[in-house]
Amino acid sequence: MDQLINLGIFLSLVLIGYIFGRMAERRHFKSIREREANLADILTFSERKIPTDFDNCRGQLVSGAVVVSVDYFKMVSAGLRNLVGGRVSAYESLLERARREAQLRMKEEARRLGAKAVFNVRLETSAISQGQNNQTRSVEVYAYGTALIAPANG
Amino acid sequence: MEITNIETIPGKNIVKHLGMVQGNTVRAKHIGRDFMAGLKNIVGGELVGYTELLNESREEATQRMISQAQAIGANAVVNVRFSTSSVTAGAAELFVYGTAVLVE
Repeated sequence: MDQLINLGIFLSLVLIGYIFGRMAERRHFKSIREREANLADILTFSERKIPTDFDNCRGQLVSGAVVVSVDYFKMVSAGLRNLVGGRVSAYESLLERARREAQLRMKEEARRLGAKAVFNVRLETSAISQGQNNQTRSVEVYAYGTALIAPANG
Repeated sequence: MEITNIETIPGKNIVKHLGMVQGNTVRAKHIGRDFMAGLKNIVGGELVGYTELLNESREEATQRMISQAQAIGANAVVNVRFSTSSVTAGAAELFVYGTAVLVE
């Protein structure tokens, strides 16, 4: 009887995770796409060297961070995937969301400062909390770079 | 105090390099907000409490780096890097380092 109850709890957690996780992810991706389109005029570069076009600009460090957690369904499906190996798509979308969100927040800060471009962008990813079996439950992505601000904007 | 993660401060000349400065902070993650984070873990999505906590910690580490730079007479820090590592279960170290310089 006890095992039956445990199984019931497990299955409902998986179901809740599946339904709400999917909804939340779709909503998040939609907002990411919209904001990316809005901020498309701020260019980001991963190179360190600043071209001479930006010679009279002021530089300032900008950054964005986000912690995103994986839902219960994805955690279970990633656990199952571990048995057979191969692509763990559940975590692929988690990391993609986190990276794009962190970069958006960095760009939003750059926009507030009136910057035209962000150079030397670095992305750092770290696993935050560990669940059972040492499985990663959430990741943090931190994006940072040097924003170049035209003198007219202060 | 001007901070960049490239080798220069755009538009300014570096007069003197004063060596590396750093700041760190270790934070436990499982206090108070842990319960809400546990619930959020079922449905997934952003853990706002953790995002804020890590942002505050990183801000503090940066402040420590800045006061170190001020102490040796720098007015800017270039080539700044951030790193995060988990020290023990449930705690993360946020570390920031860079080169203290004197600009005109």
